[in-house]
Amino acid sequence: MKHIVKIMTLLMAISALWIGLLQTSILPRSYTWLLPVYFVVSLGCYGLLMVGVGLMQFPTCPQEALLLQQDVVEAKEYLKQRGVDVGSS
Amino acid sequence: MEAPLNTSKNKYSIIVPTYNERLNIALIVYLIFKHLRGVDFEIIVVDDGSPDGTQDIVKQLQKVYGEDRILLRARPSKLGLGTAYIHGLKHASGNFVVIMDADLSHHPKYLPSFIRKQSETDADIITGTRYVTGGGVHGWNLMRKLTSRGANVLAQTFLWPGVSDLTGSFRLYRKSVLEDIISCCVSKGYVFQMEMIVRASRKGYKIKEVPITFVDRVYGSSKLGGSEIVEYLKGLAYLLVTT
Ligand SMILES: Nc1nc2c(ncn2[C@@H]2O[C@H](COP(=O)(O)OP(=O)(O)OP(=O)(O)O)[C@@H](O)[C@H]2O)c(=O)[nH]1
Ligand SMILES: [Mg+2]
Repeated sequence: MKHIVKIMTLLMAISALWIGLLQTSILPRSYTWLLPVYFVVSLGCYGLLMVGVGLMQFPTCPQEALLLQQDVVEAKEYLKQRGVDVGSS
Repeated sequence: MEAPLNTSKNKYSIIVPTYNERLNIALIVYLIFKHLRGVDFEIIVVDDGSPDGTQDIVKQLQKVYGEDRILLRARPSKLGLGTAYIHGLKHASGNFVVIMDADLSHHPKYLPSFIRKQSETDADIITGTRYVTGGGVHGWNLMRKLTSRGANVLAQTFLWPGVSDLTGSFRLYRKSVLEDIISCCVSKGYVFQMEMIVRASRKGYKIKEVPITFVDRVYGSSKLGGSEIVEYLKGLAYLLVTT
C-alpha cells in the first residue's frame, strides 16, 4: 500500500469519528465544529515544538573537529614520506 | 578495549565518489587503512574526471597500498552521485558495501562500529545517524541546523521511516540489498539518500543505526546546491505517493 493511502485512511478514520460526534452530539455542536481547527493547529504546534526542541538540543561535537585536525596532520606526515603529493591544496 | 572484529568471512567494498577531492581522498584512504586493520576490504574510488588531478593522487596511493586494495573506477565527466554509486557497485567484489563521502565529513573511525553492529544484529543496512547520543554535527550555522531539523520533523511526521537520520549517506549495505534498492531510486542529491532508506524500510529490510559525528567539510568545496529546500519538498511528496 502506498504511504499516501495509509495517511489518507488515517485522515478518513478521524473524519468519520468527527462526523459521528457531530451526529450523536455527545459534545455541544458548536464545540464539535471547531475540533478540526484544533486538530490542525495542534499538529502545527507539535511540528514547531519538535523543530524548536530539536534546535535547542542539536547535538554538536566541537572536539571532533580538533581530533580530525590531528588525524589530518598524522596522515599528511605518513603520506608525504611515501611519496604521495599532499602539498598545499 | 572493544572486542576484535570477527569478520573473517566477510569482504567490504568501500565506495567513495569523488569530484575534486585531491587532498581529501589521500587523507581518507590513510584513515580507512588505519582503522580497518585486519579487515578484508577494498576501496573503490569513482572519480568523475576531476580537473584538480584527484586521479593522479589515487594512482600514487595505489603504489603505496596496492592496486588490489584501491580500485580507481573513473568516469569521463561529472555524471552525478547516484550513478556514481551504481558504477562503483558494479566493480565491488565484497559481500558488503560501504558508501561514504570523501570530504572527511564521514570519519573512517566509525567503520568498525558499523561492521560490529552488522555482525551483532545481522542487519541488511547499518546507517550512521547524527541525531542520537554519541552523534553530532560540527560546523553548521543556525540556518543549516534549522532546515535540517525542519526537514527531519516533516519526514518523520509524514513518512514514518523508522530511522532517525534520513539524509545522512554514511551507510553499510549488504551488497544484494543495495543492488536491489539502488535500481529503483531516481532522486538526486539529499533526496536520493532519503529515497534509498525509505524504500529499504518499505521493502522490509532490517535497518540498524550507529551514532556518527559529522564535521562539515574542511577542504575543497561543496558540489551540491541550488534550491535544496524546494527539491527536498518535491522529494518528500514523491516518496509519499510512490512508496
Ligand atoms: N563521482 C562523483 N562524485 C561526486 C559528485 N558530486 C559530488 N561528489 C562527491 O560526493 C561526496 C559528497 O559531495 P559533497 O559536495 O561533499 O556534498 P555535501 O556533503 O552535501 O556537501 P558539503 O556540505 O560541501 O559537504 C564527495 O565525496 C564529493 O566529492 C559527482 O558528480 N560525481
Ligand atoms: Mg560533504
